[in-house]
Amino acid sequence: MDIKIIFLIIIYSILIQNFVLSRFLGLCPFFGCSQKLSSAVGMGLAVIFVMVLASSITWILYTYLLDPATSVMGFLATDGVAPDLTFLRTIAFILVIASLVQFIEMFLQKKVPPLYRALGIFLPLITTNCAVLGVAVLNIDGFSAIGLDGKLTFLQSLVQGFAGGVGFLMVLVLMAGLREKLELETIPESMKGIPVAFIMGGLMAIAFMGFSGLSI
Amino acid sequence: MITVVSSVMILGVIGIFFGACLAYASKIFYVQLDPRVEKIADTLPGANCGACGAAGCFSYAEGVVAGTFPPNACTPGGKDVAAIIGEIMGCAVEEVTPMLAVVHCKGGRKEARQKFEYMGVQDCKAAMLLAGGNKACEYGCLGFGSCVAVCPFQAIEMGDNGLPVVYPELCTGCGLCVKACPRHIISLIPQTQKIYLACANPEKGKAVKGVCEVGCISCGICANKNNNPSGDIVMEGGLPRIDYHDNLRILPGATRCPSDSFVIEVDYPPVTYDADKCDGCEGKPKPLCVKICPSKGCLTFDAEQKKAVYDSGKCVGCELCISECPVVAFK
Repeated sequence: MDIKIIFLIIIYSILIQNFVLSRFLGLCPFFGCSQKLSSAVGMGLAVIFVMVLASSITWILYTYLLDPATSVMGFLATDGVAPDLTFLRTIAFILVIASLVQFIEMFLQKKVPPLYRALGIFLPLITTNCAVLGVAVLNIDGFSAIGLDGKLTFLQSLVQGFAGGVGFLMVLVLMAGLREKLELETIPESMKGIPVAFIMGGLMAIAFMGFSGLSI
Repeated sequence: MITVVSSVMILGVIGIFFGACLAYASKIFYVQLDPRVEKIADTLPGANCGACGAAGCFSYAEGVVAGTFPPNACTPGGKDVAAIIGEIMGCAVEEVTPMLAVVHCKGGRKEARQKFEYMGVQDCKAAMLLAGGNKACEYGCLGFGSCVAVCPFQAIEMGDNGLPVVYPELCTGCGLCVKACPRHIISLIPQTQKIYLACANPEKGKAVKGVCEVGCISCGICANKNNNPSGDIVMEGGLPRIDYHDNLRILPGATRCPSDSFVIEVDYPPVTYDADKCDGCEGKPKPLCVKICPSKGCLTFDAEQKKAVYDSGKCVGCELCISECPVVAFK
C-alpha cells in the first residue's frame, strides 16, 4: 500500500478538493446547521461517522454483489458470469446510508439527547446529504486528480470517507465561528440569516481555491 | 432476465437485512417518552429563557411531568400556558402574579454626570471593569445595554437618554435582564404596580445631588407619616423600600419627592370640586385640603373669596382631599 497515495487522498479531500467548498456537496447542513458552534461540531462528527461507515459498507456491497468482475453472484448465471448490476449502485447506496443514519438517530436519542434535539431535522437529512452519497460514488469512480483511475481499494475508500468528513467538519466549524461573530454586527434586514451566509460561503470557496495551486 | 431476478433478489435481501438490524437496534435503544412531555413542550413559548429555573423549555416540560417543577413556573407563558399545563397534567394551577421588569435609575445623559469619556466595548459589564464605569454615580445605570442584549423577547430597548425603556406589553417577567445588569438595578415588580423608585443610590443629600439631578437624597419625605399613612414606604439604609400593595397608597409620598426620583405611570382621574360647598375651613390657619395636597399648585387658598382654588390639570388623583374635607366638597 503506497503511503503517498493515502497522504494525497487526505490532503486533497480536506483542502484542495474540499467536499463543501470545492465540490459543493453537503450544502444543506452547511447552511442549516452552522448557526451555533456546538451543533456544528456535533453535526460534523455525525457526518464523519456516517461517511466512514457508508464508505466501507457500500464498497463491500459494490465489490461483492454489484460489480460483475468481483461479484460472488456468479452462481446465478448459467455461464458462471455474474450479472452486471452496477446500475443499482445509487439505490443500494441510499438504502445503506438511510439505515446507517436511522441507527445513528436512535443511538443519539438514547445516549446524547441534547445533541439529538439540537440537530433536529438535520440529522435525518444526512440521509439525503449528497456529500455522503457523493463519497460513496467517488470511491467507485476513482480519484483522477491523484492518478487513481479505477475503483479505490478498501483502505483508500475508508481514508477518503474519513478525510472527506474531516474536511466537512472543518468547514462547518469555520462557518459556525464566522456566523456567531456575525450575530453581533449590523446587517440589513433583508440580508440577515441565509443570504449573508451564502455570500460568506462563496467567499470561503474562493479562498479555498487558493489551495488548487498546491502540488505535492 | 437474469439481471432482473438478481437485482430484485439483491435489493430485497439487503432491505430485509438492514430492516432486521434496525428493528433489533430499536429494541436496544428504546427511549421511553411520556407523550405528555411533547404536548407540554409544544405549548411553551420556546424561548429557552430559563425563568422557570430549568435548562430550557424541553427540560421544563420533562420536569413538569417528572414532578420536579410546578406547572405555573413559566412566567413568559403566563396564565394561559399554566392553565394548559394544568389541563394536560390533570392538576390545579395556582395563580402567579405577572411581573414586570423596571430599571431603578432615572439619571440619563441629561441628568447624571460622567466621570470620563468611555471608548471601550459598548457593554455595561465591560464598562464596569474600567474604574467601575464612567458614570459619576456609582449606583446608576451605565446605559450600554447589557440588559437589551440579553432579552429574548425584545421587550427592553435603549432609549435616547441613555436609559433602557421596558415595553410592558412584551415583557414577560422572565428575569434575564435582572441577572444581566452588572449594577443590579433592574428588578421585577408586580405588573399592576405603576409607581416605583427610580434610584439606587443610598447616599445622602449633596453627595447624590452632585452626581445626579434626580437621585434620591434620602430625605425621607416620601416615608413621612403624613404623606404615607399606610406605612407602605419605609426608609431603609438611605433608600425608601416600597411595599407593593396599592398604587394609591404610595402616590402622595411619591409625588412629594423633592428630587423627582419616582416614576409615576399611574393615571388616576382628577377629583371633582364643588366650590359652593367650600367654607374656607374657618378657624384654621390653612385649609385642610391645601395642606394635604401633594401636587404643588393644585389646591391653593384664595384669601379674598375665602375658598380653595382647584386646578384639575395638576391633580394626581390621590384622593386625599376627599377624606380631609369636612364639608365634602370633593368627589
